[in-house]
Amino acid sequence: MKTIERVKQELSRAWTIAKKDIRIYYFKPPVLIYGIIFPFFLFLAFAIGRNISPISLFPGIIGMTLFFTASSVGPIIMPWEARMRTLERLLSCPVSIQFILLGDIFAGFLFGIIISLVPFLFAILGFGLAMRNLSFFILSIFFSSFCFSSLGILLSSLPTDNPSNIMMLSNLVRLPIIFISGIFIPIERLPRVGKIVANFSPLTYTVDLLRCGFEGVSQYSVIRNVSMLILFLAIFLLLGMKLHKRNLAKRL
Amino acid sequence: MAFAIEVKDLVKYYGELLALDHISFQVEKGEIFGFLGPNGAGKTTTQRILTGIIEASDGDAWIMGHDIRKDSFYAKSLMGIVPEMANPYIDISAWDNLMLMGELYGVPKERRKRQADKLLEMLGLYERKNTKVKTFSKGMKQRLLLCISLISQPQILFLDEPTAGLDVQSARFIRNLITELNKEGVTIFLTTHNIEEANQLCTQIAIIDHGKIATIDSPENLRQAFQSMQSVEISFSIPFDEIGALKKLVGVNEVKRVGEKFRLYTEEPAKVIYELTDFSRSNNIKFTTLNTLGPTLEDVFVKITEEHKGWDYENH
Repeated sequence: MKTIERVKQELSRAWTIAKKDIRIYYFKPPVLIYGIIFPFFLFLAFAIGRNISPISLFPGIIGMTLFFTASSVGPIIMPWEARMRTLERLLSCPVSIQFILLGDIFAGFLFGIIISLVPFLFAILGFGLAMRNLSFFILSIFFSSFCFSSLGILLSSLPTDNPSNIMMLSNLVRLPIIFISGIFIPIERLPRVGKIVANFSPLTYTVDLLRCGFEGVSQYSVIRNVSMLILFLAIFLLLGMKLHKRNLAKRL
Repeated sequence: MAFAIEVKDLVKYYGELLALDHISFQVEKGEIFGFLGPNGAGKTTTQRILTGIIEASDGDAWIMGHDIRKDSFYAKSLMGIVPEMANPYIDISAWDNLMLMGELYGVPKERRKRQADKLLEMLGLYERKNTKVKTFSKGMKQRLLLCISLISQPQILFLDEPTAGLDVQSARFIRNLITELNKEGVTIFLTTHNIEEANQLCTQIAIIDHGKIATIDSPENLRQAFQSMQSVEISFSIPFDEIGALKKLVGVNEVKRVGEKFRLYTEEPAKVIYELTDFSRSNNIKFTTLNTLGPTLEDVFVKITEEHKGWDYENH
């Protein structure tokens, strides 16, 4: 009973931390640059001048936007808090490091969802695209945003107080992922090696599930897509929390 | 009676480096406990373990009876903390900082508003409560950190160098506040290397050096335990630099020059005064001032930490 009450209290404090993150970090330049502007121009570089139908284009746009936005908040929070010397004060509050990180994940999760609604609404209202199955779209956005936000937390476990170091590492990891996940070229058109490598990217399952929502067709089954996203989410979450706990003293 | 803080055989390793070596002590409820030591002695590490920020490698610590490792959620709820070199969030206002921290400590909304108003008023920040903290001076930020530490009305307050780098007025203000809070029943754990501050405020003092507790006692007892560090301070009416002659006087252990004055360390000040009078008469030198001094806490601190250094050399 005491444990349940404590978990409820810590969850409520994780939400307080998420509100703090939203307020302080959403408008920090690294988040805006690497979370919104960077993927936007990346996509323009790919799409302009090529004859791609909107129905093939938008699952990729939404998937990439979600990937970049949800994973861009987490990497700056911990190094920023360490640099501004607010981390020690936060760690001394009655909330465990796991729930502090969960709060940071909530912040990235919401940022991912809010920003990825922009290309979604653009597809529906601007291009008149119809959804074949809205629930697949919602499943994809929900689990993927959680998964990518946790990836952001994992990336920020490097014990540095310099946000640009983490952003560099984070782009080093994120950029190759977008080329192997069926965003620019659908998975079925990838060579055999490409198809094998695509299995190791969580973004593959996001985009495939979004395609299923828009076009009604997908490379993998819905259950496989959701299961793989949950598996990646669990790996990022557990590994991120373990590494953060281990590296905490080095940050102070 | 449970202690406010109880520490037993605490050990902390950073990799191969032993930062804390089986330290043990207790702090009674209502005490102002000073934790002194030179830089790198293990003061901040001890405080970080006691406040649940980092974990000890071995040993136990309890806060008001709660094990800080197993029950850190409840232990942390009872304390307020002003860490060394910490900052409030500078992108939000003083008021929002207080609301945020109050929420993180589970203080109900109405109570935290009342408490925030009261604290901002008391610490002279009320007029600036809606200003972003980035415009605050160092002293104002430190006062805000104190407000934050008090928002949950803690039973124990951990202060790590609370007056370091502050101007005289701000430092005095904070010292007075510490005394007032203690009168209201708050136990204070004061980590400092400002010996005079510890002397003025603390009821008990622990001196830590090289990760070991060198001594724990009241400031008065510490001074009395070092009778050999009593001294007679003298200045002469004419320029005088025969320090060797003063060293030869009976009962004098050591002589130090302090500006224009000489400080003669002794266990028998009365005998040295008698010797000095003779010395003055026989050399036809008048003295302008003569004072007897007890050992200062600084003398005690230096003596203890130097002895400790000696043990370390012997051990190696």
